Amino acid sequence: MERHYLLGNEAIAHACLEAPVDFVSGYPGTPSSEVIDVLRSRPGRGYYVEWSVNEKVALENALAAAWCGLRALCTMKHVGLNVASDPLMTSAYTGVTGGLVIMSADDPFAHSSQNEQDSRCYAHFARVPCLDPSDVQEAHDMVRDAFALSEEFGLPVIFRPTTRICHSKGDVELGAVVQSTRTGVFKKDPRQYVVIPAHTRVLHKKLNEKQPAVKKRLTELGYNTCAIKGKKAVISGGIAASYVQELLPGGVSFMKIGAYPVDEAWLSGFVRKHDMVLVIEELAPEIEEQVLQVAGTVDVFGKKNGYVPYEGELSPQAVAIIMEKAGILPANPYPAACPVENLPLRPPILCAGCLHRAAFYAIKRVFKDAVYPSDIGCYTLGLQLGVVDTTICMGASVTVASGIAHAGETRDIICTVGDSTFLHTGIQGLLNAVYNGANITVVILDNRITAMTGHQPNPNTGVTACGIVSPPVSLDAICRACGVSFVETVDPYDITGMMNVLRDAQSRAGVKVIIAKQQCVISARRAGVKRGRYRVDDELCTGCGICVQFGCPAIEMENEKARINELCSGCRVCAQLCPPGAIMREGKR
Amino acid sequence: MSRLCAALPAGCNYAGGEAMSTSFDILIVGIGGQGTILASNILGVACLHEGRHVKGAETHGMAQRGGSVESHIRIGGEFGPLIPPGQADLLISFDLLEALRYSHYLKRDGTMVVNRHLVLPTSVYVQKLAAPTEEGIVSILSQFRLCLLDADRIAQEAGSPLSQNVVMLGAASRVMPLNPASLADAVRQLVPPKTVAINIRAFEMGRDAGGACSPQS
Repeated sequence: MERHYLLGNEAIAHACLEAPVDFVSGYPGTPSSEVIDVLRSRPGRGYYVEWSVNEKVALENALAAAWCGLRALCTMKHVGLNVASDPLMTSAYTGVTGGLVIMSADDPFAHSSQNEQDSRCYAHFARVPCLDPSDVQEAHDMVRDAFALSEEFGLPVIFRPTTRICHSKGDVELGAVVQSTRTGVFKKDPRQYVVIPAHTRVLHKKLNEKQPAVKKRLTELGYNTCAIKGKKAVISGGIAASYVQELLPGGVSFMKIGAYPVDEAWLSGFVRKHDMVLVIEELAPEIEEQVLQVAGTVDVFGKKNGYVPYEGELSPQAVAIIMEKAGILPANPYPAACPVENLPLRPPILCAGCLHRAAFYAIKRVFKDAVYPSDIGCYTLGLQLGVVDTTICMGASVTVASGIAHAGETRDIICTVGDSTFLHTGIQGLLNAVYNGANITVVILDNRITAMTGHQPNPNTGVTACGIVSPPVSLDAICRACGVSFVETVDPYDITGMMNVLRDAQSRAGVKVIIAKQQCVISARRAGVKRGRYRVDDELCTGCGICVQFGCPAIEMENEKARINELCSGCRVCAQLCPPGAIMREGKR
Repeated sequence: MSRLCAALPAGCNYAGGEAMSTSFDILIVGIGGQGTILASNILGVACLHEGRHVKGAETHGMAQRGGSVESHIRIGGEFGPLIPPGQADLLISFDLLEALRYSHYLKRDGTMVVNRHLVLPTSVYVQKLAAPTEEGIVSILSQFRLCLLDADRIAQEAGSPLSQNVVMLGAASRVMPLNPASLADAVRQLVPPKTVAINIRAFEMGRDAGGACSPQS
């Protein structure tokens, strides 16, 4: 046994090597992405690994591998499970032969997400087991065990770490890496794999019949534990359990839930030995609702009576406040502390030289009074530039644009979508918009990669997850195949050129697509692309501030004059905006 | 521009007293891209060398794009990875403004090691906000046990401006419950092989600078 200091997602990836896993698929999404990034870059791997185009596609691939007897892992963020929910719900009926672990990483506080949904609810809904780790070591151990658990009951297992597990670190004890000897073989069994009504009714009954044994086994596995110390108790799960343990005073009982569904008899036996029970969990009241069902006359404190918030993430200080409010004095009271007020914020921003900023600038110049539906990616930061009016879920830029158009809005409608998001779930919306005759302009912000989640390749990049060359798909051909006749590809660094194409699109009816194509500035730098930096000529600069308003972090104001700092990547966009022509390449006069 | 708040925010004023911490809690803050994650990895690996438990949490994903970032490291940590406000024994900041932003995390008798370097957020220029000044921030930070150093200059002298994160660790090592040799070993293990000599020099020079401004001395 070796100890390593690892990120939660690195420990999870290593547990897959110990299982060992045979088949890996997923779609990038914070905070889940590093698991596949670790697995795909491991030399000499004996397993198959792919970045799929979306989560539904990923899960169906992994499910098929599990039907062939392989151990399969499918990773996504919580909202990805919405996309994959169609195969999820029925995969519980068909079951699996090889272990199938679905990692759905939740993001309480929406650090990097559009909502705070709780994957435990999906597990409950689908009636499949769910494992919810409280620290990095447990995350590792759960994943190592999850494949065998899946095989034992023939059910997919949802593994639900949160941001504070995926992106926290700890000293972790790792096991040995094992080489798999399995080969996938599909054994035909229509009653299992063809869910016609006659089959699925039987499968549904079988799924329900599995539940009591699953509950019993999960308690035996040791992920649900309790210690009775007095007449008051705290019940917690996931990362919140580690905060509770830090603060739990002597004489108070503690129950930790790490695996669902929970055995009611076991839970009831614990709850009924107490006068009061405080349930502390993040997001949905999954544990609390079960506790309420078995509590009888025992007082239950939790979300339902206002002691614990439904929203956001918990923290040691939040848990200390909750415990004290419920009459349990924390063992480790923290001194009150409050932040310095009125400091200028430092939110994430588009990089210096990012193609999105240039494209947004051109869009705003041409489509002055327009509606700007957008989508999910780095370019959502275009909100700061006033060119993002809507964002709801992956691929919903094109559909929201066509919906607004058909609703009777008379202003121009121009939406933005990234290449990876377009390939994820944008194509269907484009096809629909053309078919139903919407009057919209679609700008595909094509940076050749899935940038925001850490530069994972997609079908547009030219390589697979494992770096094998795979010819980049033609976005132009896809759009034309959907029936779009106006498809133009432009370089967003050429502001004038892009504005001309935008004007052309504005003057036409129907669905118009503009592909604003330029490599992501981070991947360009990694690939060794070097453009000369730009500088401001102090004598020519009038201090008008137009370049600063562009919002590039490489441009600052110093003593009433613009200055370009070392972040400059040489995109030359600001030089095109400067009225007196004071911005020029370094070394030129 | 800013002031230390006198009143406690609502919900903050529960029965307090000095916290009894079992871990030595270090918060590293800066701007995405300054190398906070490498710095936290060096601390984690140094803990492994000494056979100590360690927990940490950090900012990944979208928040990294030039935004404010934080890494929590709890040496000897047995529980959660998050350091509660008012609980950090040591705050290491790669930027003056970020030091101020996270200053409420520091314990009353904690130490702050800060790079004398100020990057103004782009929002200050775009929205024409009042810009905090270096002198203004330093005067507020002076209320703490403060070690202020010019890590950029020291890193340049050590051989690369990129080694400023290791300079900061070297300076902060003066107040850490870790053997400097374990930290230096972790530096050797984690920095790119070609830069080991530069980074070891950066660590030693940072340690010297930390000694010169150490609140204990």
